[in-house]
Order: sequence, then C-alpha cells, then structure tokens
Amino acid sequence: MTTHTAEDLDIGEETQIRPFTMNFGPQHPAAHGVLRLVLEMEGEIVERADPHIGLLHRGTEKLIEYKTYTQALPYFDRLDYVAPMNQEHAFALATERLLGITPPKRGQYIRVLFCELGRLLNHILNITTFALDVGAITPALWGFEEREKGMEFYERVCGARLHANYFRPGGVARDMPAGLIEDMLEWCESLPKFIDDLDTLLTENRIFKQRTVDIGTVTKAEALDWGFSGPMLRASDVAWDLRKNQPYDSYEEFDFDIPVGKTGDCYARYLVRMAEMRESLKIMKQALEKMPKGPVKVNDYKICPPPRAEMKSSMEAMIHHFKLYTEGYHVPAGETYTAVEAPKGEFGVYLVSDGTNRPYRCRIRAPGFAHLQALDFMSKGHQLADTVSIIGSLDIVFGEIDR
Amino acid sequence: MDGFARSFLLTEIVKGFALTLKYMFFMPRVTINYPYEKGPLSPRFRGEHALRRYPNGEERCIACKLCEAICPAQAITIEAEPREDGSRRTSRYDIDMTKCIYCGLCEEACPVDAIVEGPNFEFATETREELFYNKEKLLANGDRWEAQIAANLLADAPYR
Repeated sequence: MTTHTAEDLDIGEETQIRPFTMNFGPQHPAAHGVLRLVLEMEGEIVERADPHIGLLHRGTEKLIEYKTYTQALPYFDRLDYVAPMNQEHAFALATERLLGITPPKRGQYIRVLFCELGRLLNHILNITTFALDVGAITPALWGFEEREKGMEFYERVCGARLHANYFRPGGVARDMPAGLIEDMLEWCESLPKFIDDLDTLLTENRIFKQRTVDIGTVTKAEALDWGFSGPMLRASDVAWDLRKNQPYDSYEEFDFDIPVGKTGDCYARYLVRMAEMRESLKIMKQALEKMPKGPVKVNDYKICPPPRAEMKSSMEAMIHHFKLYTEGYHVPAGETYTAVEAPKGEFGVYLVSDGTNRPYRCRIRAPGFAHLQALDFMSKGHQLADTVSIIGSLDIVFGEIDR
Repeated sequence: MDGFARSFLLTEIVKGFALTLKYMFFMPRVTINYPYEKGPLSPRFRGEHALRRYPNGEERCIACKLCEAICPAQAITIEAEPREDGSRRTSRYDIDMTKCIYCGLCEEACPVDAIVEGPNFEFATETREELFYNKEKLLANGDRWEAQIAANLLADAPYR
C-alpha cells in the first residue's frame, strides 16, 4: 500500500478543484437532443450552466435564400420536428402576407385543425418525456401510442408522419381524404380518457411533485425580460397567446381559453401544458364539426398549381404548371414579421423579399432559443438533478434552436 | 386532516399503481410484431422512389426535368438525348437517396406521373453507395411496385 503526497499527484496549492466543471450531454438522453451543457458545480449545487449550441446547425436560413418559396417550405418541417406543420404555418402566412392573398375558409380550417393536432403531439411528447426525466416511465410508454395515432392522421393527409410539406402559401397542398374527419372526431372523443390517465399518474404523485414544485421558478418580470413565449410565459401568470391576441387564419372563430399558471415553476409549466391539450382538443372538435365546404387553396394558378386533370387537358394550365415548378412565383418586394403560436411559443418568420422568386432573407425566430438562454438563471442554486427537470420543462428541440 | 390522511395512506400512489395494473391486464395489446405486422399506410405515403412505365412497357419519363428543377435538395440528376427512334428520353436518371428529403415535390411536378414516391419504406442498405439510385434501379422499383402505385394514384386522384 502506497500513500500519495500532494507532490507526486501534482496537485499544487494553486490547482483549482472547485468549482468542478462538468459536461452534460451532448449524448445524454436527458439533454433532449444535442444539448451540450457545461455545468460549474459546487458539490451537487449548480453554480453556472452554460449551454453550448450549434451541434445541429444546418444553415437553414442561408439555404432558404437559394430556394424558391415552394422549395423553402419543406425545410420548415425540419426545425421543430416534433410539431412540423406549425412551422410551415408561419412561413406560409408570411409569404401570403407579402403576396396579399388569403386562403379560402376550408384551407384555413384545415390548417387550424392540423396546427392543434401538432400542439397535441408536441405536448404529449413533452409531458411524457419530462415525466421520464424525473423518473416516471409509464407515461412515455402510453404517450407514444396516442402520438402514433396522431401521426397516422398526419400521414393520411400529407403522406409523411413528420416531414409534412403540407401547408402551402395560398392554402394546403391537397384536400383531406374522405373519412379522415370522422376518424379524427373519434380520436378527439377518446383522447380525454388518456389525458385523465396521465393526470392520475402524475398530477398528484408525490415523487413527481417533489421533483417539480418550486424548481426553476420564473417570475412574471423575468419571463417578460427573457423573451419567453408560449407555455413558458403563461406558466408565469402572463395571459399572452398569439391565437387570441392577434388571431391569424380563423382562430377568432373558435371558442377556447388560455390556461395560465400561477407559480412559474416546472410544475406550473406541466399543468399549463396539460390544460392546453384539453383546449386544443376543443379547437379540433370545433374545426371538424364546422369544417366548411369549398376549395382548399386560392384559385390563382400563378401561385397554386392547377389540378392535375386540368393540367393534362388545358394548355394554359400546363404552362402555369411548368412555370410554377421551374421558376416558382415572384413575390412583391417588401418585408414582414409573421408569428404564430407554435406549441413551444412564438415562432416567427421575418421574411424580406426583393421581388424575385426567392426570399432575400429569411430570419427564423425560434421560441426554444430564448428559453434555453434562461437555463442559467433558472438552474442556479439548484441541484444537478433539478437541472434535468428544468430542461424537461423548457421543452427544447434542437432542430429549431440550432436551425 | 384530510390532506394528512391522503398523504399518509399514499392514495395517489395506490391510484397510479391500480391504473397501471389495469392497463397491464385488461387493455388490448397495442404493439405490433414489426417485420410480420405493419402499421397502416395511406395512399399518399411518400416512400422509396420509382420510375413508372406505360402498360405497353414504354417508360413514361420524357426528360422534361421538372423534378430536377423543383427538387429542394438537388438530389436528382438527369441527362437526356433522342433515342434511336427519335423520341426524347433520359440517358441518365440518378437520384441520390442520401440527399433526398422525401418532400414529394418531384411527384407533384411530374406531368406524366413517371416519377413517384411509392409505398416502400424498407430500403435500408449496408453501404452508402447502394443508395445512389440510377435509372435501372428506379425502373426496376417501378416494375416491382406498379400494382400498388397505380392503386394509390387512383385512390388519391380526386384530390390532386
């Protein structure tokens, strides 16, 4: 047996042992993707949390400058890949605003319907994985079953479970197939049962509450200062929802409430998301019941391609078809900031057009980015395990943060 | 007092366990035995690409290059020249499946329904090179899946 002295271990008096620096991620399953978090720890207490981003950077914004408006759209699915259609919605709305067109009512209703479905899918995934992070495995196992059903609706309407490419400037790509409305209504009837079960498992559970109550508390003023939006902001007692405050598409025609949390901690964020799922179901039901008849995209062949049957028989339509799929359409010069209430918060697209067929600049405002930068002050003074619950309640997806 | 009793008797934990056991024993099975059972696919599903032929065996593609132009990922490469009989056909039609983002725009753009994204999603390979599809591979896909592709296109025709 040998004993070590300070000399032969090369620990001088000036060697700094505390605070201890630790890497959290990027391969850690609780990091929700590729988050590399450099933590400075004083024992088990977090002194500083420094998120390092960029591991999933794909240059979407720059890429879009070299794509026509039609080609740019699928790239929005890849931002927040948990609720893809909500991102497309922002880009479609921004382009429509520059073009000065409004989609027909049925198109708007389909968009509202699938945005709310996206919100449900997002919240199901977030709540269940959040529960997984704090030690409950069952919700994740059950949640994926319901999520799978929701993604089947996505697949039936657009042909892909995640990368939809369905919302287009001027409406949606195709009408909903027959029978989908009935199946979705049926699902809307059965889903509250699942939400109730989730409620039974988590809401009153003492382990879940010990891990979330009073963890990562954000006051009203802090939430506003750090640019929070979505459920993060609403959990801190600010009733702000773009669907109500500046309605887009047909949201003003729907009857729904905005759930607001009182305490601003992880538990409040969980409760807000649970309540939002029920509100989303309400909107979906209304949209399905009130679904108007008629076209789903604007009847302007300079923006939306003509139907295939017409394209094959009419020369005029054929020319429009070729023009649209090679050159695309020209968007009048101008700029717009258009934001939608994505499941994670305010997802905005700042679109500058110089009158050509490609955007001059497309800046994407991702809600997760603003939330992630608050991680430092939220986790300061908490334990390492609490950082995991805070990350879970932030609802971050790296597709949109790194872009 | 009530709160104390509930906390002491672990009511919420007992409730949770009861629910879990209910799911375990009294709920129908939801998982599928994947390679033998598969989930449902709609006619709109966008999977592996295929080049189709007319019923008389003539290839549909006329090398208009609309798919090449619209492809956001620039995954399609086409070269064209007149065939011996004078008709315009592709001499090369390559899709780099590692670039493709499966957006379905090539299928939408094609004026003769030649390039389609078929119902096949099981085309994983062991090497990257196998995913660089050429015209032979795409036409072979078309021959293999034609019955299902034709049925899907017919089912979705009213909406396109």
